[in-house]
Parts: sequence; structure tokens; C-alpha cells
Amino acid sequence: MAAQHHEECHDPHVAHHFESADQQFQSAKLGMWLFLATEILFFGGLFVAYSVYRSNHPEIFVFGHQFLDKNLGAFNTVVLIWSSFTIAWAVRAAQLKQIKLLKWLLVATMACAFVFLGVKYVEYSSKWKHGLLWAAKFQPHLEATVGDGHGEGDASHEAGGPQPEAEVPAAEASGTAEAPADPDRPTIPLAPDGPPGLAAEAEVAGAGHGAPMATPDMAKIFFSIYFLMTGLHGIHVLGGIAAMAWLLRCAARGDFDTGHFTRVDMVALYWHVVDLVWIYLFLLLYLIH
Amino acid sequence: MAEHTEHGVHIASLRLLVVVLIALMFGTWLTVSATYVDLGALNIWIGLAIATAKAVLVGLYYMHLRWDRPFNAFVFISAFAFLALFVGFTLMDSAHYQDLIIPGWPGQ
Amino acid sequence: MAVDTLTVDGAVGVDHADPGNYLTTGRGVLSWLFTLDHKRIGLMYLVAITASFFLGGIFALLVRTELLTPGQTIMTADAYNQMFTLHGAVMIFLFIIPGIPAALGNFVLPLMLGAKDVALPRLNLASFWFWMFGAVFALVSIIVGAVDTGWTFYTPYSTTTSTAVISMTTGVFILGFSSIFTGLNFIVTIHKMRPEGMTWFKMPLFLWGLYSTAIIQVLATPVLAITLLLLIAERALGVGIFDPSLGGDPVLYQHFFWFYSHPAVYIMILPAMGIISELVSVFSGKHIFGYRFIAWSSIAIALLSFLVWGHHMFTSGQSSITNMIFSALTFSVAIPSAVKVFNWLATMYKGSIRLAAPMLYVLSFLFLFAIGGLTGLFLGALSTDVHLHDTYFVVAHFHYVMFGGTVIAFLGGIHYWWPKMFGRMYSERWAQVSALLIFVGFNLTFFTQFVMGSHGMPRRYYNYLEQFTTLHQASTVGSYVLGLGFLIMAGYLGHSLFRGRHAPSNPWGSATLEWETTSPPPTHNFDREFSADDPYNLDSLRFDPAIEGWVRKEPRSILLAEGGSH
Repeated sequence: MAAQHHEECHDPHVAHHFESADQQFQSAKLGMWLFLATEILFFGGLFVAYSVYRSNHPEIFVFGHQFLDKNLGAFNTVVLIWSSFTIAWAVRAAQLKQIKLLKWLLVATMACAFVFLGVKYVEYSSKWKHGLLWAAKFQPHLEATVGDGHGEGDASHEAGGPQPEAEVPAAEASGTAEAPADPDRPTIPLAPDGPPGLAAEAEVAGAGHGAPMATPDMAKIFFSIYFLMTGLHGIHVLGGIAAMAWLLRCAARGDFDTGHFTRVDMVALYWHVVDLVWIYLFLLLYLIH
Repeated sequence: MAEHTEHGVHIASLRLLVVVLIALMFGTWLTVSATYVDLGALNIWIGLAIATAKAVLVGLYYMHLRWDRPFNAFVFISAFAFLALFVGFTLMDSAHYQDLIIPGWPGQ
Repeated sequence: MAVDTLTVDGAVGVDHADPGNYLTTGRGVLSWLFTLDHKRIGLMYLVAITASFFLGGIFALLVRTELLTPGQTIMTADAYNQMFTLHGAVMIFLFIIPGIPAALGNFVLPLMLGAKDVALPRLNLASFWFWMFGAVFALVSIIVGAVDTGWTFYTPYSTTTSTAVISMTTGVFILGFSSIFTGLNFIVTIHKMRPEGMTWFKMPLFLWGLYSTAIIQVLATPVLAITLLLLIAERALGVGIFDPSLGGDPVLYQHFFWFYSHPAVYIMILPAMGIISELVSVFSGKHIFGYRFIAWSSIAIALLSFLVWGHHMFTSGQSSITNMIFSALTFSVAIPSAVKVFNWLATMYKGSIRLAAPMLYVLSFLFLFAIGGLTGLFLGALSTDVHLHDTYFVVAHFHYVMFGGTVIAFLGGIHYWWPKMFGRMYSERWAQVSALLIFVGFNLTFFTQFVMGSHGMPRRYYNYLEQFTTLHQASTVGSYVLGLGFLIMAGYLGHSLFRGRHAPSNPWGSATLEWETTSPPPTHNFDREFSADDPYNLDSLRFDPAIEGWVRKEPRSILLAEGGSH
């Protein structure tokens, strides 16, 4: 991927095997779009895993999303959208040879990326603290949630969200004893009629308002999916930061003085895809009804 | 009206970029608000529709697809088409074999 | 960091005073390792994949030797499991997937376009380096604990075995990027660098093959990447997506794996079909028959390849409705495949066929691919598949397609472009001997396996019943004959490098652009830029006995007096 961005790095002029600057620009651009297509399918695998588990085990998503802070998620969405704006503007600046503006916009975009990762760090460390980790490490001690004061945002609208202490051993027991022979495997019974997703959601919603909600048997898979999806996305944010740092270096060297904006364009396209993925992640992980 | 670089590449106006930004922010607000309204199974589809509208805005204007070679858009869209294929078949199948791995699964 | 060095290297092609060719321009290991020249990268790939083929071949011979007798012959059951896994993994990920596109494709594609290089030369070099890097991980895994999961890495066994699954899958993950880069590069190159006069339907059919391959490489390989990443996360962290002991779904793993790996089968065969399309026309002395059908059928196969992955899962717990859909779709692949075969046969019809070495491989291909393709229909049918799945019938089927199809076409391509690559001719006599041994050895090895499979001999078994002994021994003897054929090939090709007759620019009488330049070509490929015309217009050429090669009756229209004007 890095090599992709390095294309045309050495030389603002046309490489020897191209006939025109336009041919070179269009080649780089098509290459970048193909690369973005591979990114979509790369993330796509995780969306497939998500869909399969969401459709077959909707209860774990209804349960799990309570522990994600919707406010932080929304904040990060706004940050990424803003950064998409700044980098789109940066392309314009590069096209118009406004180098100083370009540098500032790149810095602004990088700052957004860092803010995003900072918020992600806060979210991750709270999950870590409560043992809300991926399947093998899933050992929730949710009683801490109540006194901790963390996650007011999500807890406020879920009357019975955090679990009482008494539930915890049961949750852990069901978490470890995963024998397929276990007759009680689906903790939340599903209605025999109607789409399974709906039935389960209704069941859980009912439980949520009345009695404290039990930890669904496969809740840990939710956190696996959460960490895989946001983790892979986070790695891409890091990649974007590296790419923008490289652009800043190119800008400082004067590479863009001639109006050669291909590289800015490529990085911007990449960054927009990072933003697009997050738009869906926010919806699918945080905003579950 | 539109600006172009020396090589004829379209330059998006700042005004347009800001308008899209506002639309995206509004979309985000709308997505979050929509989750507070209980519409049953519709919720997820409304959310996906808004998210997709946002994605289309980003693609068309921030990623310049509106002014780009159509083939580039075709490449990008085909990635989603193949993803839909992957999701579609896998989802269809997994819904059918759950009864084999989960006792008491209500069936197809 | 290497980038700066590379620029200088790539620019060498502009220098017209240089009398040498791409092999002699720039000396020393570094001038190869950091080259941007597509021909050198192609050649390095050729060396690398040949080494992999040799390694995978050793594993194959060890597997076959173990099966000479029931029970233990030369190794333990555990070692046997590792051997067949390594044979599969090395042959597939290191050899056959990069094989034709990255080695022959890299060398030939820009030449066929009359271009100086691929569109993204640095990405091309990165692809080779990723290949090397991935290969290192794969080799490390062989040393620290050779994988015994089968090349498919099915969960849950791959999450519990004590062998080095992470190292191997990391290697394959990286190799995937190498494949993506090659495919991406080829799509861009074919879109943006076709010469004047070369419309889509005037491209040589090998380019159509590479183009459809590249579509699959770009759209399917990322799914392999995420699959392996999930598998690595499964082993390293225990994320439970595929691991049933954590509540995961192992059938889902197979969906993931085959979403890539079935299209990957067409990554292997499509460029092979492209080679056959070139060869069959040249060595029949006739214009290709049904150009558009062959071109479109390549694209059709590429797209259909994404619709049939479930036929690997008929007995894996996939639901019966999905089984039926995938079975029906599987048959549809037979249509474009057969379209190609019939067009090749029609090209040969009433042609003046020259039985030169490349044509021998074309004939082998047609024979073996037909068997491989038709037995695929047996396996695509649900009821017969239930009987035949996981037997030697399956092993024989995919070897007829992968070896009988891809490897044979690859060998045909090697023999066809060898003079262009190295500027030397090989011994035709020895090439015939070798082609014959390979054909006979192959059929002896694998036809017996069809028989065993239909009698119920399961694949991947260490032991077998007495009644299968004769067939197993015949198969093993066949594999030795096959090995001998390759040894002879290595001998005469190696000999030709030093002692072979110097090759003319166009030794076979082909009308595609790569034969317009010298053998071997200069670094910048061409001194002129051409306007391309029909790549199968063989009548435009005549044989010149003085140079023992073919020349054009009328010179091509030249667009520019000289290249490298930039």
C-alpha cells in the first residue's frame, strides 16, 4: 500500500514510460480506485461476519452495544467527517497551488486523526477495564460499570443496562461452558414464529425494561467483532496519518509548487474511504436499537 | 463556472465542499436521532439508507466521482456489488444451517 | 529508500547509445533486485516460482513415495500430513497463482502493448518483494513446524494443531498483496497504455486472459487477506468468529475461504487459456477462430468464478438450498470454457500445424483440460459429489485442470517465449522427449487416481487397503516419470542458455508486437512506436531462411522515428 502512495514520489515530471502527464495521472488514479476496491472487499469480510452474527444472534448486539458510548462514537464520526472536509479542501488547495493552505489543511486532518485515535484509546481502555474483550478474553466484571460513572451516555437510556453483581458468575459460567451439547445454549429463547431477529429484539427489549438483562451466551462474539472492525479501521487511520505526514514532507520539499497534486489526491481518496467505513461502523456497532 | 487544473481536472468549489459538510453533519444527527424512535426492523434499514446517502455524497463530491472518468466509479461500485454477493450467499446459507449447530433453532 | 536508486535504473532505457539488451544492461545483484524493468522483474519471478515448483515437486514425490506401499514406507503419518499440506500450499500460493501472470505476464504484457513498461513499475517491484517476503514466512513455517492442516487451513483443526499455522498464513497473507499488486498493475496498464490502433478487440488474447485474471486478483484476494487475518487472530487471540469452541461458526470459515479460493482457481487457469489462444493460432498458421468469443468467455469465466464457491461445501454442512443453487451455477462455467475449447479446435481445423515444442503442450493442454473440465461436471452434480467428495477422484480432477491445464500451458508459454527472454533456441529434439515424458507421466500419475477415487479411495489418507496397491504404485511410478521429464527440461533449457543457437527476433512467425523487437529485447523494449493491427494476421509474415526467422512482408507503420523522446 505504501508503494501505491510512493508512485510518482521521486519526480514531478512524467515518468519515461508514459507519453503524457494526463496518461500518468489517469493511470495513478485508476490504480488508486482499484486499490480502494480491494479495501472495500478487505473490510467487507468483517461486514460479512457481522451480518452473519447479527442476523443469527441479534441478542448479542442488542446486549453488547449498551457498553459502547454512543456520544463518543458520534463525536468520532463528526471528527472524521470534518477531516474528510479538510482533506477534500486540501486537494483543492493543491490544485490551486495554495501550498501554505495545503499544509495547514493537512495538519488539521492529521490532528483529527489523532483526536479520533485518542477517543478510541479512551473507549478501548474502558473495555479493557471491564473485561469486555474478544471471545477468549471476555471476562466481564460489569458491576464496576455502575459505580464507575463511565458511559453515562449509553447507560442513561437503558434502564437495566449494567448488570447486578449476582449475574456475573452466571455470565462467566455460560461464557466458559460452551459445550455444544448444552441444552440451554440459546439463553434467550426465540419465538417460533416471525423473523428471528425481530423476536429476539422484542424479547431482549422486554427484559431490558423490567428485570436486569442476562448476558447472552455469545455476547463475547460481539466484542470480538467490535475489536476486529474498529481495530482494523484504527490501523487504517494510522496508515492515513503516515501518508499525510509524507505529504507534508513532500509539500515542504516543494513538490506541489508546480501544481502536481496527484499524491494529495490519492491520499485524500484513501482517507475518504477510511471515513466511509467509519460511517457504517458507527451505525452498525453503536446505534443498535 | 467550474474551475479546472491545467490538465482539465475539475476543482471542487469551496462552497460545494462546505455544503456537503453540512449535509454530512445533518446526516449524522439524523442517524443518531433515528435510533431513538422505535420502528422495529425498519430502524436498521433507515440507518443504512442514511449512511449510504452520506457515502454517496462523499463519493460524488469529496472523491470527485461526479467529474471523474465513469470507469473509476464503476470499479468502486463493483467492489460493493461483489461484497453484496458475498454477504448475500453467506447470509442466506448461514440462516439455513443454524438449526444444525444450535439446538432449538426455530428453523427456516 | 530504494526508490531513488530505482529511478536511475529505470531511466537507463532512454539511453539509445546502449547496445546491450535488458539482460546485460546493469550488472550485479543489486541492479536486478532494485530494477524497475518489467522484464527483469518477470525473470526474477520466473526464477523464484521455478524454485517453488521444484520445492513443491519434492514434496509431491515424497508423498507419492510414501504411498508406494500400504502403511509406513518412508515417513510417519504426521510427517505425511505435513508433506501433502506443504505440497499444496507451496504449489498453490508460491507457484501457480503468481506463475503465469507474474512471471510470463510481467515479461510479455508491456511488450505485447508495444510499451516501455507496465504503468506502475515501482508497484511491480513491490509485488516481487512482497512475494519474497511472503515466501520467507512460508519457508520459516516449514522449518519451525510444518503445517499439517491441508492447504485450506480449515477451522477448527487449524486453530488447534500445534504446527506453525500463523507463520504460514502470514506468509500467504503477504503473498496475497503481491498478487493484488500484479493484478492492479495489469488492469491499469491494459486500460491506459494500449498503443494506437489497439482497440480492446485487437488485443492479443493473452492480454484478455491476464485482464480477466487481474479482475479476480483485485476483487477476490482481499477476501483471502481478511480470512487469513481472522484465522491469525483466531489462533493468536481467540476471537471466536470461526472457532466453535468459542461459539464461532466453522462453516463460515469455509465460505470466506472459498469466496477467494474458488475464483483463485481461475486466477490459475485464465492466463493459461490466454497462452493457449496465442500458441494455437501461431502453430496452426491460421488466424484465431472466434476471437470475440474467446475474449468474452475470459471475462465470463472471471465473473462466473465468483458465483460457484459453494460447490466446495456440498458436504460441509452447507444448507441444501444453497447446495442446489451453487450446483446449478457451477454447470454454467462449463459454457465459456467449452466455447474456448471449440474455438481452439476450430482454429486448428485445416491449419498447417507445426509440431514444435509449444504446440505439443497445446495439444497436451486440450486433451488434459478436456478431461479435467468434464470430470468437474461430475463433481458439480450434487448426488455424484456426495459419493466422490474427498476421494482421489477430486485430486485427479484438479490436477488435470491445474497441472494438465495451467502447468502445461505455462510450459508451452516458457518454450514459446524462451527465445525472446534469453535470445537462445533450445534443442527441439530434447523438448519433444521431455514433453512426451511429462504427458505420459502425468496421465499415469493421475488417471489411476480417477480410478481409485471412483472406487472409494479417500484423499489425504496415509494408509490404504491392499486392493489399491497396484494403482497407487502405478501412480507413484508415473510421478517419477513426470519428475524425469522435468529434469530433462531443466537440462536442455539450461544448456540452451549457454550453447543454444542465437534466436532471431521472430522465430515462430507470430504477429504480436513482442516479436517486433530483438531477442532479447533492449531495456526500453522498442526503438520505435507502432501502430498495432490485427495480432493474428499471420499472412503478413514470411520465413527468411537467412536468419531462420520470420520477417514482415511490409514494415509496420511507425508512429515516431524513435522512442524515449520524453
